[in-house]
Amino acid sequence: MKKFGSNLQIGRRGFLAGSAALVGLSQMPRAAQAQPQKGGTFRLSVNQGGTSDTLNPAEASGSQQIMVGWALRNNLTEIGSDNKLKPELAVSWSSDDAKTWVFKLRQGVTFHNGKSLAPEDVIASLNLHRGEESTSGAKSLLAGVEDIVAEGSDGVVVTLSAPNADFPFILSDYHFQIMPVNGDGTLDMSGTGTGGYTLDSWKPGVKTVLKRNPDYWKDGAAHFDTVELLLISDSGAATTALVTGEIDAVQSAEYKTLGLLGRDKNVEIESISGGFHPTFAMQSSQAPFSDNNVRLALKYGVDREALVKQVLRGHGTVANDHPVAPSMPFFDAGLEQRAYDPDKAKFHLKEAGLDSLSVSLSVSDSLFAGAVDAVTLYREHAAPAGIDLQVTREPGDGYWSDVWMKKPFFTSSWGARPVPDMIFATAYSKGGDWNESQFSNDSFQQLMLAARSELDDAKRAQMYGDMQAILRDEGGSVIPFFRNFVYARRADVHHGDDVASNWSLDGYKAIERWWKA
Amino acid sequence: MNGFLHELGKAPLTAKFGVVVVLLYILVALFAPLLAPFGESEVVGWEYQPWTTENWLGTDSLGRDMATRMIYGARNTIGIALLTTIIAFVVGSTAGFFAAVLQGWVDQLLSRAVDVVISIPTLIFALLLLTIFGASVTSLIGVIALIYATFVYRIARAVAMGIVVMDYVEAAQVRGEGLWWIMRKEILPNAAPPLVAEFGLRFCFVFLTISGLSFLGLGIQPPAADWGSMVRENASLITFGDLTPLIPAAAIGLLTVAVNFIVDWMLHKASGLKT
Amino acid sequence: MHHLLRLFVQRLALGLLTLFVVSLVIFLSIELLPGDVAQQVLGQSATPENLAAFRRELGLDQPAHTRYLAWFGGFLQGDLGNSLISGLPIWDLISERLYNTFFLAGFAALISVPLAVLLGVVSALYRETLLDKSINVATLTAISVPEFFVGYILVWLFAVEFALFPSIANLSEDASLGDRIYRTFLPALTLTLIVTAHMMRMTRASLINLLALPYIEMAQLKGASQRRLIVIHALPNAIAPIVTVIAINLAYLIVGVVIVEVVFVYPGMGQLLVDSVAKRDFTVVQTACLLFAATYILFNLASDLISIASNPRLLHRK
Repeated sequence: MKKFGSNLQIGRRGFLAGSAALVGLSQMPRAAQAQPQKGGTFRLSVNQGGTSDTLNPAEASGSQQIMVGWALRNNLTEIGSDNKLKPELAVSWSSDDAKTWVFKLRQGVTFHNGKSLAPEDVIASLNLHRGEESTSGAKSLLAGVEDIVAEGSDGVVVTLSAPNADFPFILSDYHFQIMPVNGDGTLDMSGTGTGGYTLDSWKPGVKTVLKRNPDYWKDGAAHFDTVELLLISDSGAATTALVTGEIDAVQSAEYKTLGLLGRDKNVEIESISGGFHPTFAMQSSQAPFSDNNVRLALKYGVDREALVKQVLRGHGTVANDHPVAPSMPFFDAGLEQRAYDPDKAKFHLKEAGLDSLSVSLSVSDSLFAGAVDAVTLYREHAAPAGIDLQVTREPGDGYWSDVWMKKPFFTSSWGARPVPDMIFATAYSKGGDWNESQFSNDSFQQLMLAARSELDDAKRAQMYGDMQAILRDEGGSVIPFFRNFVYARRADVHHGDDVASNWSLDGYKAIERWWKA
Repeated sequence: MNGFLHELGKAPLTAKFGVVVVLLYILVALFAPLLAPFGESEVVGWEYQPWTTENWLGTDSLGRDMATRMIYGARNTIGIALLTTIIAFVVGSTAGFFAAVLQGWVDQLLSRAVDVVISIPTLIFALLLLTIFGASVTSLIGVIALIYATFVYRIARAVAMGIVVMDYVEAAQVRGEGLWWIMRKEILPNAAPPLVAEFGLRFCFVFLTISGLSFLGLGIQPPAADWGSMVRENASLITFGDLTPLIPAAAIGLLTVAVNFIVDWMLHKASGLKT
Repeated sequence: MHHLLRLFVQRLALGLLTLFVVSLVIFLSIELLPGDVAQQVLGQSATPENLAAFRRELGLDQPAHTRYLAWFGGFLQGDLGNSLISGLPIWDLISERLYNTFFLAGFAALISVPLAVLLGVVSALYRETLLDKSINVATLTAISVPEFFVGYILVWLFAVEFALFPSIANLSEDASLGDRIYRTFLPALTLTLIVTAHMMRMTRASLINLLALPYIEMAQLKGASQRRLIVIHALPNAIAPIVTVIAINLAYLIVGVVIVEVVFVYPGMGQLLVDSVAKRDFTVVQTACLLFAATYILFNLASDLISIASNPRLLHRK
């Protein structure tokens, strides 16, 4: 979710802002009827976070921290509502070799405390995620950074150890918010930023109150006078509060009550297709998963259509055992979709010399709504193929440290990435920290490196297509579907023609992008 | 058996009702695979299908037959809750009687240990232990039984303390009867009524604790059906006026009421009160 | 009175000992939990490097007994420590939530205790009648339904169907008492439904138990009315068991409300405690558990003292 590859390289000259095509939308939300209008109180419920959440962006992980962080502060770059990379505190960037990047900072921007934005603020904010002592969750994203220095009064130069044409994308990650330095050189992490809102009260786990920053530099943004962000972990409670009008928007709507919620004239449901996907990852270096026939049997043993219909209530698309979503660039539409086929699964088991297979699949409901249901249904699908798939429900707390990449067969979940290389490098690259399926394939590895330095888009498409085919036929992960972001708002809350699909709630920027009318 | 039937014949209507309901539940639990029209976790159609002759109670959120899951739920829920309550009572009252009869350091040690466990918030302690030992049925039973045994210990000890000072117990001690004999023949029969009363309530508290833990994701694991989880899975529908979650909730409610009717009757008989 | 005072001091000392053992048990439990603060905070984005840096920063690389003694030393000097994750002083983190928890518990107790005793007396008075049975079935049904479900039903009834009360307890800092009561009404009602049955049944059972005793029969023979019999003769003698069960339920109201807090998004201690266990934030869990344990011990002590004071035979025994 917050992991990007750090050693991407494309030898393209002068890679400039907005030049890359990004994630497209498969399903357009209802267009806004009204022009943006200032005023009102926006009460929003999110479901990730807790009392111990801090305003330190290095520790940010859930929606509470990300949304508050982005209301208070800006990054150098951002993913816009149209899913394209946009300049934010950097007005432009350029590089001759994709190794040395020069960012020009926006002039005349001040922090809430009156300080003017200067290169020192950017350098200190980025250095928070670098170095031996850094505890940042985004440390690995900047591992390829060798040096960051100022250039004049409005320039920052970042030097990488290897070319990476996608570096400006990486800086749009929510960890890399820009904060002011204090007189003594330390970072002010109390919530002071350049963002559209100032912090009125911060009670993590309960309620955060934000007030509009009247001097916000960005045009046509930050419309609400006041924003109240509530943490509501029970989705039933959140949905009811939306219906009774006690809140204006919910981060995620429960599938099982969607039909009932949809009947309410005062509520609008949005279903935005993105790249979020679960994986059923097998440790493919261990028996029995080291035999590709076993992996194929498990891939043929799942009824994806049924999962999308029953677990996602149709709010998603079937996946093809590779992590490139149809909405991503270089998705290979020509690659044949794998279908549920218990006979083929049986055939592959036989090929592996087995009559039946008994494996246990770990899962936790904390991964995504319906995770346990999905595995429970998978068990039913796999049974006719002679596969006894046991459902092992693990506690959500401790899942990432004790189950993920520890058990032989487990469920995992991945957020959207703007380009295929980022997810390939993170989760399928030999020796990678998060190569959860222990996938090791030489031709895949070579293709991945070659695609980074290839300039011809047609050739790149061919390479990414081949990589998708390799993962589909030999990969260690069963990838059943891509899930939509499903959230809801009161009908008097409006947004522009597009909404971003990198996160829920307009890329977690509803606070500055939406308005009430 | 005849004696019991005879007693039952004279029992008030509520007690008869209670006995019939409990027997019915036990029969359903025992013969679940024979009674259920489908497999426990078999997907038979789409989610939330209405009641038909084939799916008597419709289907649940995953398209599994609701009636089938209710029947299997009886087995899992009653089985686990009953086993847990029985373990809690056996362990708790044995320890309580021990403490009351032996007194001295045994009593002190047990009582102080119980003080510690009982003063830690139940749900948090269960949460800690279940996270340590993993959320399997065995550890679920063990952890909840341990926590509830402390409550039972308190009551058992208090009741037994009152009995130990009675002349007939002292007489037995003088006669040289063993510890077990005294506990079984003298204390148990006299301490039974308050313990039985407690059993009825504790039984439903165990139920509720399990469903509460399920609410936090640590209860009985899917795809096994249990009524607490079935309420939880569908609970939010009630805010839209959909009655699906009422079915398993009613099953729990009916059993609780039935068990407590029987308990009331037994208490009433034990107290010797006529009106 | 001297006897009571000595008992009080004795029990208080014992209570402190219990608290000490509780702190050890909690510390050990958290040690045994899979994963530590660093892993829980970093989650999926953990790498060996940032894990190690995190542990160094929090002193988690020290051996367990050193960390416990450091915490205990601070505790003895009145320093509760800081949250391991947010670094905030514990008291800043919990003071408002503690107040909220006590407010909700007090609110629920104010409704449920008189209601339970009243219902108990009424059903003992009219025992084995239709009224008694109805009260019995109603209260039993209320406790046999999982508490989150009671909450959802009340929300459906009072917030969705008849928009009388808010479905979530969105408290603002400067809320008036009236507003607070309005916003916490549904959670308080949920708790009331849950705890009333237990107290009511114990009241009824204790009263009926006493009715069989010779002195009540004597009063009955003297021609005392049923009502007088129960209210004047039986009730004072039933105080001990009733107070005991009330103490248990009050303690439950304060510590056992996690689920009600979740359903009504009420910012109390329970949610904080569950979050902190999930994040392995030892100092917060420890302080919260000790506070709850102390509350429980004090309630118990109070109920024992009341029981003894209300019973001359216990008060004056040698």
